[in-house]
Amino acid sequence: MTEASTQTLDYASQALSLAQSVEGPEWLSGLRKDGQQSFEGHAWPTRKTEHWKYTNLSALNKQNYAQLVANDSVALTDSEAQQLYLIADLDAVQLVFVNGHFSETLSSEIDLDSVEVVRFSQADEDQRSVISDNLGQITLNEEHIFSALNAGQLDDGVLIRFLKNKKTETAIQVVHLTTAQSQSFSVNARLLVVSEAGSQGVVVESFVSDDASQTAIVNSITECRIDDNSKLFHYRLQLEQEDAIHIGGMHVQLNAGSQLESFHVGLGGKVKRVDVVVNHEGSGAHCDLKGVYLPKNSQHIDYHTCIEHKVPHCTTSEVFRGIIANQAKAVFNGRIHIHPDAQKTLAELNNRNLLLSNKAEINTKPELEIYADDVRCAHGATIAQLDDNAMNYMLSRGIGRQEAEVMMSFGFINELLNGLAHHPIQEKLRPILADLFGKDDSLTRHLL
Amino acid sequence: MLSIKNLQAKVEEKDIIKGLNLNIKPGEVHAIMGPNGAGKSTLGNVLSGREGYEVTGGSVEFLGKDLLDFEPEERAREGLFLAFQYPVEIPGVSNLEFLKASVDAVREHRGQDPLDSVSFLKLAREKCKAVNLDQNFLKRGVNEGFSGGEKKRNEIMQMMLLEPSLCILDETDSGLDIDALQVVADGVNSQRSVDRSFIVVTHYQRLLDYIVPDYVHVLANGRIVKSGGKELALELEEKGYSWIDEEVV
Ligand SMILES: Nc1ncnc2c1ncn2[C@@H]1O[C@H](COP(=O)(O)OP(=O)(O)OP(=O)(O)O)[C@@H](O)[C@H]1O
Ligand SMILES: [Mg+2]
Repeated sequence: MTEASTQTLDYASQALSLAQSVEGPEWLSGLRKDGQQSFEGHAWPTRKTEHWKYTNLSALNKQNYAQLVANDSVALTDSEAQQLYLIADLDAVQLVFVNGHFSETLSSEIDLDSVEVVRFSQADEDQRSVISDNLGQITLNEEHIFSALNAGQLDDGVLIRFLKNKKTETAIQVVHLTTAQSQSFSVNARLLVVSEAGSQGVVVESFVSDDASQTAIVNSITECRIDDNSKLFHYRLQLEQEDAIHIGGMHVQLNAGSQLESFHVGLGGKVKRVDVVVNHEGSGAHCDLKGVYLPKNSQHIDYHTCIEHKVPHCTTSEVFRGIIANQAKAVFNGRIHIHPDAQKTLAELNNRNLLLSNKAEINTKPELEIYADDVRCAHGATIAQLDDNAMNYMLSRGIGRQEAEVMMSFGFINELLNGLAHHPIQEKLRPILADLFGKDDSLTRHLL
Repeated sequence: MLSIKNLQAKVEEKDIIKGLNLNIKPGEVHAIMGPNGAGKSTLGNVLSGREGYEVTGGSVEFLGKDLLDFEPEERAREGLFLAFQYPVEIPGVSNLEFLKASVDAVREHRGQDPLDSVSFLKLAREKCKAVNLDQNFLKRGVNEGFSGGEKKRNEIMQMMLLEPSLCILDETDSGLDIDALQVVADGVNSQRSVDRSFIVVTHYQRLLDYIVPDYVHVLANGRIVKSGGKELALELEEKGYSWIDEEVV
């Protein structure tokens, strides 16, 4: 073999040739072709690309992602796998994908009369038309290169359709579990949520892995159409281990009087990037967006959020908090764009960051663009160390300095966890997040 | 118990404590009164080892040891307790986990095993009741959104849990309604014992009707300028502080 032939192709070329070999349902091939074409038209993001300045994608080029999903066996028993994503006491059903493959055994039989949950490949005619009508309409291929790629590689996906005027208490959990495989591979995850008018539903997206070093790159795109006067609770729990490469996007269309309550948690990884885009398209919509990110060691994580206020009388409350430890890096870019017609908008964005070491790094950038005059918009980003007064108070009660640091750091994100509408999710996350702080159990023994 | 000799301390390059002497024997209650800005809270902060409060002279002996040698958390574990004039809010850290961490740290220092969570919860509930705080306060963030009086009662509850040897109460009575004052005073009185001493900083002689002191001191301009029995408090209430200045001069 010549040297040239063993050299790994750059990721963009690999991804495209993978896309061209995808075998998926014929009725999706049009979307796939569009995606591929659009992807080819994009320039690959580099440090000079706006919005990719602080996230370097070169790690993607170092592997040979020869296949779209993995073929090796999984070194986990079913119950070990379930441990990773099941949320005790949460009324929920699961759709589980392991290394990109749908797992019949791990997934629930879903039989609810207020919601339809179906894989694209199993969709009936009516569902197919919902998919065709909406997919790629809320995230636009030409605006997001990874949306284009995701469409280009579309082999399957999940549709969750909350039916008109019905309330679904049971959470629909979509799980992507990735495990170490002998060969690097990519996972193309696509989710479409349609909340029909007057409906209410809960969606939990879980991305988990076992502890073994990751060989996957996950590209996950979620689109949500939230119709008039409906409400969606959405949780995106990104908890893979630290070698994970994950590019994700969540794109939402909020129609009149609808509500979104969305919570994001992101652990750091080799490359992690999530775009959250919310479009206020109907008057009277409300978006409550919260998130925490906690990179440590040499990990990286990047959240780019963008709220488009296109119509009057909508509100947004956005709070993101980050704790960055060791020599980890985080990026937070929060954009609020208030269009000329969006009078009487109320929008608030707050981003706070706690640096636990002097080698930790945060790039936080608020971007406000306001083209309407009668709006209220507040915006704040801070980078802080732990509060001295609080530290003094804890020391004065005999608590050791290190333990106090851990408790206070955890408290910083716990404030957001405390506000989650679904308590079992709080309970699931607390020990996982607490664990991040403790080099040693004695420091975390009092958390919870 | 506590022996302070010619203590001098500064904050932000400003001399605040200027040669202060005070002796406290086990079981005694000492009240400290004095004008605003005299240095009363500073004294508490210096004794508790707060960062930024620099001792520039003098000595402090606590239970036979050099107090100034210890880190702040060690002082607490050795049995020094400061009830703050302005207790701090720590959002996100639950009161219960904070209290447990604190009690465990002190117990460990005394060579006792940590309490299991069930026994601790039981104990904490008992103490809540003793200071008339609803149990829900255990679940809330430390002092988060507590009213002024609730914060003060929370301080007394902590004191009861930690069973310190020396308790410094910095204006624990201010901001309390009449019933709460009674509750706090009862709490303090229930903790009085032959081997536990108190420094009670207050502006009001009324508290001293409930917590009867053995001695009353006037702290002015960084020093104890006058000491007496409990009748001194009555005299101060009547005449204010100006006559002392004249007397000292
Ligand atoms: N951290 C600080 N930085 C700057 N000055 C300080 C600080 N702490 C105390 N001081 C100053 O030291 C002096 C004494 O303050 P201290 O709080 O001890 O008074 P106090 O006797 O407790 O008064 P009060 O009765 O009003 O509570 C004041 O002039 C105050 O402004
Ligand atoms: Mg004071």
